[in-house]
Amino acid sequence: MSLDLNTVWFVLIGVLLSGYAILDGFDLGVGALHLFTKTDGDRRVMINSIGPVWDGNEVWLVTGGGALFAAFPDVYATSFSGFYLAFMLLLFALIFRATAIEFRSKRPSQRWRKAWDVSFSVSSIVSSLLIGVALGNVVQGIPLTAEGEYMGGLRGLLRPFPLVVGITTVALFTMHGAIYVVMKTEGDLQVRVRRWIPRLIAIFVLCYVTTTGLTLAFMPHMTTTLFDYPLLFVVPLLNVLVVANIPREVHHGREFRAFLSSCVAMVLLMALFGIGMYPDMIYSSPIAEHSLNIYNAASSAKTHQIMLIIALIGMPIVVAYTVSVYWIFRGKVKIDENSY
Amino acid sequence: MDVEILSRIQFAATIAFHYIFPPMSVGLGLLLVIMEGTYLKTGNELYHRMTRFWVKVFGLIFALGVATGIVMEFQFGTNWAAYSRYVGDIFGAALAAEGIFAFFLESGFLAILLFGWDKVKPRTHFLATIMVALGAHFSAIWIVVANSWQQTPAGYHLVARGDGFRAELTSFWEAVLNPSTLDRISHVYMGCWQAGAFLVLSVSAFYLIKNKHHEFAKASIKIALSLALIASVLQLVTGHSSAEVVAEHQPAKLAAYEGHFDASAPAGLYLIGWVNEDAGRTYGIKIPGMLSWMIHGDASAPVTGLNAFAPKDRPPVNIVFQSYHAMVGIGMTLILISVLSVLYLWRNKLFQTRWLLWVLVFAVLGPQLANQLGWMSAEVGRQPWIVYNLLRTSDGLSASVRASQVLTSLILFGLVYLLLFVLFVYLLNEKIQHGPDDSSIREGKLA
Repeated sequence: MSLDLNTVWFVLIGVLLSGYAILDGFDLGVGALHLFTKTDGDRRVMINSIGPVWDGNEVWLVTGGGALFAAFPDVYATSFSGFYLAFMLLLFALIFRATAIEFRSKRPSQRWRKAWDVSFSVSSIVSSLLIGVALGNVVQGIPLTAEGEYMGGLRGLLRPFPLVVGITTVALFTMHGAIYVVMKTEGDLQVRVRRWIPRLIAIFVLCYVTTTGLTLAFMPHMTTTLFDYPLLFVVPLLNVLVVANIPREVHHGREFRAFLSSCVAMVLLMALFGIGMYPDMIYSSPIAEHSLNIYNAASSAKTHQIMLIIALIGMPIVVAYTVSVYWIFRGKVKIDENSY
Repeated sequence: MDVEILSRIQFAATIAFHYIFPPMSVGLGLLLVIMEGTYLKTGNELYHRMTRFWVKVFGLIFALGVATGIVMEFQFGTNWAAYSRYVGDIFGAALAAEGIFAFFLESGFLAILLFGWDKVKPRTHFLATIMVALGAHFSAIWIVVANSWQQTPAGYHLVARGDGFRAELTSFWEAVLNPSTLDRISHVYMGCWQAGAFLVLSVSAFYLIKNKHHEFAKASIKIALSLALIASVLQLVTGHSSAEVVAEHQPAKLAAYEGHFDASAPAGLYLIGWVNEDAGRTYGIKIPGMLSWMIHGDASAPVTGLNAFAPKDRPPVNIVFQSYHAMVGIGMTLILISVLSVLYLWRNKLFQTRWLLWVLVFAVLGPQLANQLGWMSAEVGRQPWIVYNLLRTSDGLSASVRASQVLTSLILFGLVYLLLFVLFVYLLNEKIQHGPDDSSIREGKLA
């Protein structure tokens, strides 16, 4: 592993996607849990727990997409065109999610609100699932042509392993979202969601073990770097410890620390994914030589340099005011006249 | 229909629908800064209520802009993969910069703008309002940079790759400040300011006609009308300079704007007309020599016409001609409406002149239509190129996407966007009916 600009950008894209997973992960998870709450009051609290921050969270995906376009145009082009219908479905899910949050509480009608509740929840689950399925396909590998195109359509993507990764993603985001809800709410709702957490953790661990097992058994290309640099085994090891820490913190009522553990677990998962893929970005199977990697899919060194300068100027500022916004809206959700 | 025309229709439809919202965010964002600034300076509660009402409208518009904007970020990859590979080095960089410098700024501070009234000090809230407005303006800069590079590429060289070429960056600043960027960004800004100003004018004039919220409506009109007048008049200036750039760098597009066919002859300016593309003739009322005079300062100077280009290198003429002329016509009408309204306001007659108030109610459609038509003439006029003189639109498509897939997504976009539009108009109307009265907003919210 040499630290060239291509590697730096591989890591930076990973940072953007990790930021997206951590941040939009919890609000997608809140969406997945939304229908399991019963009263209108609880549902308003659910939506308003993510109210001020959800669209900022989604910007991480948009910027991640833009950065991928700029730094690795061929990865952007191949994945988005190759996964055409899957990405269209994701886009529609994101549209319905955004509008559901905005529109739901605008009218008192119960039917109106129920319709948007379903829309919010289903679109959150579908978004998480599709993101996971896309990642799963990238890991397992898709048949790329010599020109680096995937011609297989939607059916070629709905295979067992990617679907397992998709379900794992839903489970991860739901667990993450539940911890967030416990942190942001009080009273009855908090008590109930707190009771769900052990089960959600169990489901996630089951999915995680399955995914890991399948990867170890069937995706040897994902483990070569790990075996070449055994020191890297510290990443999965830490991951196990961090996930195990979540129920402990919840048990002691330290929701913020539980949430931080969940965030760290996600970063480590992304790191593991990155270590496994490096230097490939879309693995080609069966013809591995057609894989798109950080060199054959990259933009010019000049663009990598300029974009690095832009990122180094821009991202610290972004992080600074994102932290400020979270700080301003810290504490339990209170419904007031400005709420959704 | 083949995949090219379907992908073009889908891109045109989704960008046109998206572009209903950002111009209002940009224009209204600026007005919010003025309104809240006036409140902080004067301490007058009226401006506080005014800001809070328009912030709610802003929130709705912004949400639709976000929901439809994500589609645009990814559609280059889904439908225009070959284009993405060709321009990623430059075009992708502009989009990424937009995310880092604009989207984060807007969405981060939007939280404070919408939900932070009781959480931060008034001055901090005002800062958030300024940041949201700045973010909206920055966003326009980067997207116009990206688009202008398609129109007048600069700061690049072609590098062989696979069977073909791709454009790679040689100078960041030359690419960003390509020949058309500055004129087009100012033209886009004025269109955005008009969209925001005429929205506020429309709603406020409606209140006066309905005999409601007098103080609020009058004060809103005074602020919005100033911006409407400035933006409408300056739009003439930026429009002219944009056209000059087109004349210099995209002569085929300029010839299509005016339906000018003769390869090299003095050209007139049509007030109204119809283009027969097969016959290569334009019929209508024109001022002879006017186009030559506007470009070269000499009514007898020759202007390059469409016949100077091979038929395969020409844009569709009549649609460009009509959209361009409709845009100019609407622009002139908006100047007239602004000047007239200011005169009536000057003589203390505007608020009682019902016909003019009705004109203002419907004038909100003017900037919307002109913005759409302007982009239509700019983008259709760029055809058959996706990057002017470098890459043809037909060579920019995704190799792996089939017509049936695009048809599916196109139909879905049609249905979903129709639903969104109906809901947007319905909810906007609800907000307007509720009005700026704080207590009624509160009741509506907690119902």
